[in-house]
Amino acid sequence: MNVLIYIFLAIGAVFNGLGAVALIRFPDVYTRIHGATKCTTFGSIFSILAVVIYGFARGGGEGGTLAVHALLALVFLLLTNPTGSHALARGAHQAGIKPFQAVVDRLEDKR
Amino acid sequence: MRKAAEWATTAAFALAVYLLLVLWTGPIGLWSSSELIAGVVLSVLAGLLGGRLLWERGGWRMLQPHRWVLFFFYLIGPFFLAMARANLDVAWRIITGRIRPGIVRFNPGLRTDLGRTVLANSITLTPGTLTVDVDDDTGDFYVHWINVKDKEPRPEDVCGSFPTWARRIAE
Repeated sequence: MNVLIYIFLAIGAVFNGLGAVALIRFPDVYTRIHGATKCTTFGSIFSILAVVIYGFARGGGEGGTLAVHALLALVFLLLTNPTGSHALARGAHQAGIKPFQAVVDRLEDKR
Repeated sequence: MRKAAEWATTAAFALAVYLLLVLWTGPIGLWSSSELIAGVVLSVLAGLLGGRLLWERGGWRMLQPHRWVLFFFYLIGPFFLAMARANLDVAWRIITGRIRPGIVRFNPGLRTDLGRTVLANSITLTPGTLTVDVDDDTGDFYVHWINVKDKEPRPEDVCGSFPTWARRIAE
């Protein structure tokens, strides 16, 4: 059980770290949204799964409450993450920020 | 009449969710009176604010329970697989820095608001693709793609089986 928790925590930490690296490496706001929000989602899913397993393994009222709270946090993360990143990207495009080195930009053609 | 039904249904849903969340707050395993009052006030507010938006185009379909079962299987099955694969792909791109970004347009042919929302959120939650805008009239999706393989892509090129599943769930 402990091994599983460590593996999940390691995967979560690696993906969260990659998200942070993406903020530095990527050139413009859109690609940074990709890196920062997406890898962080995957990392957070695994970190939260580790907490859930820990909660159920500990058992009792306290552990169960911990697990259910962590699952609820995961649900709200999955609901709000795409909404937030979509709003950021749409706002950026409407403010006139062009995608850097874009091969194609159909949204610009439309306006 | 229809508006009243929309408000009432939304309020009832919100109340049911709230009551499930605050179960066991009362003395004998039920709800305490303060929680009940707060729940009623909050769900009436939610009904008034969200009722019109929620049911506008094809929202009534989500009252059929088999769609929720399908949605659940979609989440833990094909969606999670696609997300895991795309995550590894984007992780590799972060390390190597090999990107070909661009905003592409495609039309998955979804008509209801709900189908479009499911598809747009699936696309945005998958790494490497990000829905920037959806045309309300034509149903065109404008998607920022981190690795443009084709400037005029078909929906399957960008997001795999997601449009099929969105149609199955919501249309």
